[in-house]
Amino acid sequence: MTAATRTLLDKIWDRHAIVQRDDGQTLLYIDRHFIHDGSRRAFEVLGERGLKVRRPDRTFGTPDHYVPTNGRDMATIEDPDARLMVEAIARNAAAHGVAVFGLDDPRQGIAHVVGPEQGLSQPGMTIVCGDSHTSTHGALGALAFGIGASEVSHVLATQTLWQRKPKAKRITVDGTLGAGVTAKDVILAIIARIGADGAVGHAIEYAGSAIRGLSVEGRLTVCNMSIEAGARAGMVAPDDTTIAYLEGRPYAPKGAQWEQAVRFWRSLPSDAEARFDSEVALDAATIAPMVTWGTSPQDAVAITERVPDPADFADAGRRAAAGKALEYMGLTPGTALSGIPVQRVFIGSCTNSRIEDLRIAAQIASGRKVASTVRAMVVPGSGLVKRQAEAEGLDGVFKAAGFEWREAGCSMCVGMNGDLVAAGERCASTSNRNFVGRQGKGARTHLVSPAMAAAAAVTGAFTDVRALLGR
Amino acid sequence: MEPFERLDAVAAPMPVENVDTDQIIPARFLRKPRKAGYGQYLFHDVRFDDAGRERTGFVLNQPAYRPARVLVADKNFGCGSSREHAVYALWDYGFRAVIAPSYGDIFYGNSLKNGFLPIVLPVASVVRLRDLVQQSPGAHVIVDLDLQQVIGPDGRRLEFEIDAFRKHCLLHGIDELDFTLGHRAEIEAYERTQSGATPWL
Ligand code: SF4
Repeated sequence: MTAATRTLLDKIWDRHAIVQRDDGQTLLYIDRHFIHDGSRRAFEVLGERGLKVRRPDRTFGTPDHYVPTNGRDMATIEDPDARLMVEAIARNAAAHGVAVFGLDDPRQGIAHVVGPEQGLSQPGMTIVCGDSHTSTHGALGALAFGIGASEVSHVLATQTLWQRKPKAKRITVDGTLGAGVTAKDVILAIIARIGADGAVGHAIEYAGSAIRGLSVEGRLTVCNMSIEAGARAGMVAPDDTTIAYLEGRPYAPKGAQWEQAVRFWRSLPSDAEARFDSEVALDAATIAPMVTWGTSPQDAVAITERVPDPADFADAGRRAAAGKALEYMGLTPGTALSGIPVQRVFIGSCTNSRIEDLRIAAQIASGRKVASTVRAMVVPGSGLVKRQAEAEGLDGVFKAAGFEWREAGCSMCVGMNGDLVAAGERCASTSNRNFVGRQGKGARTHLVSPAMAAAAAVTGAFTDVRALLGR
Repeated sequence: MEPFERLDAVAAPMPVENVDTDQIIPARFLRKPRKAGYGQYLFHDVRFDDAGRERTGFVLNQPAYRPARVLVADKNFGCGSSREHAVYALWDYGFRAVIAPSYGDIFYGNSLKNGFLPIVLPVASVVRLRDLVQQSPGAHVIVDLDLQQVIGPDGRRLEFEIDAFRKHCLLHGIDELDFTLGHRAEIEAYERTQSGATPWL
């Protein structure tokens, strides 16, 4: 391959390859490692082998999965096993000299919100975390992917991983998004198009004018759900938007190093002649606010559509899955999605809990009331997002409308901290997975954008948010 | 890690696409200590009803499939969350290999690191094999990693691919971490070069 045909992925990969083996495995250096309260097992493995963390200075932690969102007191965690998880990260980090943003630190939050917010996630880096949504950080122009517990201990001990280079898929979204259509709708439309396994074995590079037009927050939302299309990593080439976002963040380079870093970052975008293993193109203008009807993120359609009839799927596997999904979701084929009542609304998760998400949700909620049949909550992605929202008065808007305003954490995205959706309840959720039982046993999850979630909260049912805009 | 031995065992069919790791083990069990074992949580919410009774329709609750050690699944098996507990649950139940047309990438990696073999076969071969074990409950499938072959109940031999190093580690129960620690000098050299080229990292 000549130098002028390299992709962003190639450029990052080549810089981090330490050893290449004949069988296609590469020992890859890891620049940044995030740990969380689910990383306990990996530290146990280190302990069993008497190993130390090789680069505590490259490792940062924050508890997110098990933390309470109704207060900051660890003692309120009722389940002793869950409390142990949150306590373990503080103990393990202290023992190994790793910095942790704990529950008493305003910088605490969901790892995938905190990393970019602190400027810890930067272009050209390799970034890992023991969590599949690590793909989020690729929005800054990094190669970021989720790993399992064994790999976490491997990175802790060696700061490296053995990896086979993924194939490169480019997804180009050109054109202008309509009013009320956001990054979440873009990624749901992409997954609906290519399928839940559409990018297995690939790293996705998102490109095109609609992607370049997104803020870093919006790009984080898009890259976040790459894993829902099977891709371990998603990325957006660094540009002026990326650089402006990073400047002045606590862990971003400073002074002369900033200039040097920016020059390097400018060299990273894929070359004009770069070759991708596969390409997909979407027209931004055709994307509408989306909502899922089934139990896989690929089951997403425009809010203007109806619940599909499983019989209409040509593929036998898809037909069987759709039938089962509708049974679980308690939906009848042919029902208009708009107007289906919801009982719960969750605005939060590493997909949609950043300031921009809260602003648009507040815009819809402002001057309206959460329907009496709905219980709605807003869970900011970090303590700093919460502070910023409060400084802008968004908490007041939400509270006046009847939303619960919580502390930062994963919360109802996965329910590990006890924030659960009850069996049979229907939830409009800004999270990333509508899997069976994800938000609680028997819970019925519909994935939507923050604007659509707020619209569902104030109308009591799925509603095309475009009808609520421009008052 | 236990060395991977030639398997001659009952295979259970699971003809469902996109089986995610939340299905393999629901999130509420992830906080349990590893030592306690995860076999009881495998496919928990499809295997047991709300009262904790076995659901009769579920494949592993049928007597002929109970002793299964091989799972014949469908595409994108193990997608979703990176929880390695999904592999622990399969392993602790007694499974040693799964056969499918494709896997969630993270699940695939996690499997190999625990001595559990995820075999990729073409869709048509998987469907055929799955139909066979569905038609004759309790039928055995042989998995020979050394030869890279699966032998179905009909005696047909199906070849599969696996990275040579991964295979070597599985066959000999070699842990990757020990192997990597042997590359310390290269890692240190890399770090020296990197701190010169990108000093802000
Ligand atoms: S918010 Fe949800 S998806 Fe994101 S890291 Fe937390 S549990 Fe995982």
